[in-house]
Amino acid sequence: MRVEVFTFLVAGAICVGGALGVVLFRNPVHNALSLVATLFGVAVLFIAQEAYFLAAIQVIVYAGAIVILFLFVIMLLGVDQAEAIERDPFRLRRTITVLGGAVLLAGSVAILLAAGQRTTGREAATAPLDPAVPDVERLGRAIFTDYVFAFEITALLLTVAVVGAVVLTRRSTGTPIDLEEFPDGSAYDVWVSDHPGALVDEDTADADADADGEDGSGDDATDTGDADGQDDESADSEVTS
Amino acid sequence: MSGPSVLAAALQDVLIEPAPGFEVPSIDWAGIAPNLILMLGSILLLTVVSVLKRRVPSWFAPVWTISAAVAAGCAVVPLWQRFADTGPETLVGGAVGLDGFSLFATVVVCIAVVFVALLLADYLPRESLESPEWYVLVLLSASGAVTMASADDLIVLFVGLEILSVAAYVMTAMHRRRVTSQEAGLKYFVLGAFSSAFLLYGIALTYGATGSTNLAEIQAFLAGDVVTQNALLLGGLAFMLVGLGFKVGAVPFHSWAPDVYQGAPTPISGYMAGAVKLGAFAALLRVFVVAFGPAYRQEWQPLVAVLAVLSLVVGAFAAISQTNVKRMLAYSSINHAGFILLGVLAASAAGTESALFYLLAYTFMAAGSFAVVTVVGRTGEHRQSLEDYRGLASVRPGLALVFTVLLLSQAGVPLTVGFLAKLYVVTAAVESGFDWVAVVAMLTAVVSAFMYLRIVATMYFADAPEGAPALRIPAATGVALGLSVVGVLLLGIVPGPVSDWANEAVAQLVVAAP
Repeated sequence: MRVEVFTFLVAGAICVGGALGVVLFRNPVHNALSLVATLFGVAVLFIAQEAYFLAAIQVIVYAGAIVILFLFVIMLLGVDQAEAIERDPFRLRRTITVLGGAVLLAGSVAILLAAGQRTTGREAATAPLDPAVPDVERLGRAIFTDYVFAFEITALLLTVAVVGAVVLTRRSTGTPIDLEEFPDGSAYDVWVSDHPGALVDEDTADADADADGEDGSGDDATDTGDADGQDDESADSEVTS
Repeated sequence: MSGPSVLAAALQDVLIEPAPGFEVPSIDWAGIAPNLILMLGSILLLTVVSVLKRRVPSWFAPVWTISAAVAAGCAVVPLWQRFADTGPETLVGGAVGLDGFSLFATVVVCIAVVFVALLLADYLPRESLESPEWYVLVLLSASGAVTMASADDLIVLFVGLEILSVAAYVMTAMHRRRVTSQEAGLKYFVLGAFSSAFLLYGIALTYGATGSTNLAEIQAFLAGDVVTQNALLLGGLAFMLVGLGFKVGAVPFHSWAPDVYQGAPTPISGYMAGAVKLGAFAALLRVFVVAFGPAYRQEWQPLVAVLAVLSLVVGAFAAISQTNVKRMLAYSSINHAGFILLGVLAASAAGTESALFYLLAYTFMAAGSFAVVTVVGRTGEHRQSLEDYRGLASVRPGLALVFTVLLLSQAGVPLTVGFLAKLYVVTAAVESGFDWVAVVAMLTAVVSAFMYLRIVATMYFADAPEGAPALRIPAATGVALGLSVVGVLLLGIVPGPVSDWANEAVAQLVVAAP
């Protein structure tokens, strides 16, 4: 077996194994660590393609920075909290999902197998690159010539992400006003456990909602709310105010 | 030689002088001016409000947004002149197309931005949600839509789609006091990210099969070569169709649409129906009709036909059984997506024109309809069910009349723009030999007309419930309602200038000069 094929198979197995781990493990920390395996496998594949710079970046940025950030977030949220994933109660839907996934997987594999040796008729896509030009330079050229516009507007995407993250993590004022649309009442309990201390604003929130004259959830809110909200109230009241 | 000039010369050598054999593409700033105005508008707004904080008056952000959109729309005029004089061009190293198609789409996006800014100006104070980030995100997502509509490269298209979608996810979830809004935002985000992965996989397979991500190069490659083993290319096409089909809300990738339209703040629902749909359809037209059209039409047309028929039927029939008006409009937007897919399906110049005209028409209809839902929903958006529209005509005759006109237009009644839009797409589909799809489309138009008339009948022939809180139509919302009705009627009665304009707005690909 040629060494490239061997490397590819090993790295590919690491990638796929890691990806399966991301999906299948129940503990979020294990999921994040499996992601490292996938990213590492991709880095090895980059090395096999002689893209050393990309491989280094892959390890430093993804495995080094991004997954660590994931782990921070998971740890900060608390590992136990993320256990509340329920199975889809509709058996039919679950079956359809599994079947659909299987068909998709089979289709993707079939596409790759049918492609065989020659898929494009375009030799340059698979021909070896000129070893005289280092890969950093090659990457720089690609980014600043053909892909300069895509590269620059990525900044816009990051801006959207930052604005979105800031906006959505800002604490809301007052109780939710549409809890009556969730008749089983579970939405309220979830909301209270997510927003300890927010009940301080209860009075003003009710005043707002009652101006509309039909806020039915106000009373239940105070009843159920105190039990869950009380212990954390003192700790978080500063954040809300 | 003095010190500074030596330094400047040295800097020039190091920084500005490119390496030998390294040709940086020239960036035609004038050519991408509309998009730049939207981008800079959002960034400047963000900077100004974060520096001045509370000292910025509340009217500033909406006025700024509308000005930016109008300015971007005006910037299209000289570019259109340039296009008319010298023909289509490709800019920034083959990444951005400057043709009638992208310019027309830009104008439609700007119109959608004006509408959403007018609606948000009243909606945000009413819901105590005032913050300038809404307008920043609107402008950013508009820039994403323009980027998609003018993308000549699949990577640019993908980044544009992400800018557009991520902003839309955030805006959907931004009603912090409605749990439904946050649920919708999360749902939209998870499913949207999933569909983006499909699109990206499709792009990767296409790149593998054709050796390029540039649409013009893909087109040229497929025109010049016969791919003997085309499984990779077909897989790429199919996956890209899934990714873009999700964004346009085509059945069977529509499941997010009703929940998201219902949960999102109503002005944002209108914006999604206008600009987000437009961006995705523009991408669909550019990739499938233009890049893959000549060589691979036979392969993708059956798939699009299935999507179109399913969207038409499911959109029409599911809308009937709804009792929530916002959900009805969501399902009707799926039905409209089916109609626009007819224009894509035609894979002809006429099809592209008719799809663009439909998108323009639908932007007006959706903005106006969701404006009515915003007003009737009242503070907290509790009143969205059909019951709440009972007797609207006796309480607010003007509002009921406006809604009636908009609904009749959506149903496709003559003298409104909806009729012409439907006529054009159906004609285009028949001309390309898809008579049976056109027949299905017309039948579903009848079915969905029943749903629209049901809302109209509820407004006019049912008694108003006792003790409902008063209905206020704020000034800016009133302007938006007026604009949408004027647009719908004007385009319906005198479509000539705009449809002529759309006739020239066919996407063309130009291979970048090496």
